[in-house]
Amino acid sequence: MSKIPQQVIPIIIILMVVVGAFIAARNIFVPESFGEQGHFRTEAIQENMDLEQVYAGADACYDCHDDIVETKSGSYHKGVACEVCHGPALQHIDAPDEFTPRAPRERGYCPLCHGYNPSRPSGFPQIIAERHNPGKACMSCHNPHNPLLPHAPEECAACHRDIASVKILSHHATLPCTQCHTIEKGHKSSPKFTKAHKPTDNSTCEYCHNKGSNGNKLAPKINAEEHSDRYLCWDCHYPHYPEAY
Amino acid sequence: MKKTNTKLIRPEIERRAFLKNCSKTFPSLLFLVASFDVQNILANENGSYDPTQHNYAMGVNIKKCIGCARCADACKSENKVPREPHFFRTWIERYVIPEDGEPIVDSPNGGIDGFPEISEKLHIERTFFVPKLCNHCVNAPCVQVCPVGATFATKDGVVLVDPKWCVGCRYCIQACPYGARYLHPETEVADKCTFCYHRITDGKLPACVEVCPTQTRIFGERGKKSSPLRRFFKFNEIHTLKPGLNTKPKVYYAGLDGEVI
Repeated sequence: MSKIPQQVIPIIIILMVVVGAFIAARNIFVPESFGEQGHFRTEAIQENMDLEQVYAGADACYDCHDDIVETKSGSYHKGVACEVCHGPALQHIDAPDEFTPRAPRERGYCPLCHGYNPSRPSGFPQIIAERHNPGKACMSCHNPHNPLLPHAPEECAACHRDIASVKILSHHATLPCTQCHTIEKGHKSSPKFTKAHKPTDNSTCEYCHNKGSNGNKLAPKINAEEHSDRYLCWDCHYPHYPEAY
Repeated sequence: MKKTNTKLIRPEIERRAFLKNCSKTFPSLLFLVASFDVQNILANENGSYDPTQHNYAMGVNIKKCIGCARCADACKSENKVPREPHFFRTWIERYVIPEDGEPIVDSPNGGIDGFPEISEKLHIERTFFVPKLCNHCVNAPCVQVCPVGATFATKDGVVLVDPKWCVGCRYCIQACPYGARYLHPETEVADKCTFCYHRITDGKLPACVEVCPTQTRIFGERGKKSSPLRRFFKFNEIHTLKPGLNTKPKVYYAGLDGEVI
């Protein structure tokens, strides 16, 4: 074995120091799990799996709200998960009383899907929000859990077609005539002898439209005490087409 | 014998009883050790997750998309993506192809606030929405270019980002041919769709699939008979985005128009 030349020894020492320093640095800086499964930190997979969830999933709602889920599962909205409209709800499942999911009732929400847009597939039910009963909440005619077309009551229309054909265009379209008129038994068979009664005071309208009334929470409200105490509602507003006046 | 076996193995509780009974006598214990990957079974019994058993993919049926962008909205909630525009893990593009002239593509705020009206002067030939997201490519360019190994493909076929290891060099954002990545303004690292990895490994659907009201998005696994993707592949003409790049995307589109890029 030949002797290592003297001038090579310092180079070997420097090389060993450099390589040693590199190995030491690599041990410090490269994470332990790096390279186990590939050129990445294996721990990162677990870290990605451990991220917080926000959406509970479609099945989670059934445990408590089975009645609504069952109504919805037979409707046109059967494919629309609860969390589409009500928002992420995992927090609600963990603490039902502390966190209530949103319930969008404003008019702008439904047109996100049902507003007319030519790019939507043909056949998908769409409306032009500006012309479709402006100002009226979607929920007052359509039940979002079972969205059928609203059915206007027709039993009086056989004789009172002129009124019915106006009312069907109005915000009052879905109200039955008996909401305001009391009808005596036998009115349909002998209308001349058994009358239908008209409302006599403002309480009929105030049932829905007075501030704080519970008749229809979505109806526009007035303060009956300040609004007018000298007139009857129908002196100014035509009940069968209220938005016209 | 074979018939009884499958019958026993199928429901979870029966399998547990079967394994218990196997351990009672020596020959059956031997059979158990010889015929099963014991560790694998025990791991599954404990509810832990085995990535080698999955190969996730997504189907998108463009003909069903109504452009409501609830997916983009849900994705932002689920994954804490910044609310302001230009940060998206998934978004909706609107294609308007006029009778003459170039196609118009827009995606204002990913479609979350709706789309503006199309000019009445424009004679539309055809128009549709295209949901976009990370394609989780088998040959992912982003994985190839990452200089530090902060983005990688898992065994179950999902391309993930390691936010603790990413240095924010933006190479991957440049490399992605689908524009699926962005630099998170707070953490200053690359971010993108993970197929909601924290949800799918927990047996749930990705948030976008969960909230899609028209079942435009189908999530499932390749090569599994029980996967809803199987039906999607069978009944649709399937295409991927930019197939010429050989990235082999795992987001499959049905009804994809030739103009879509």
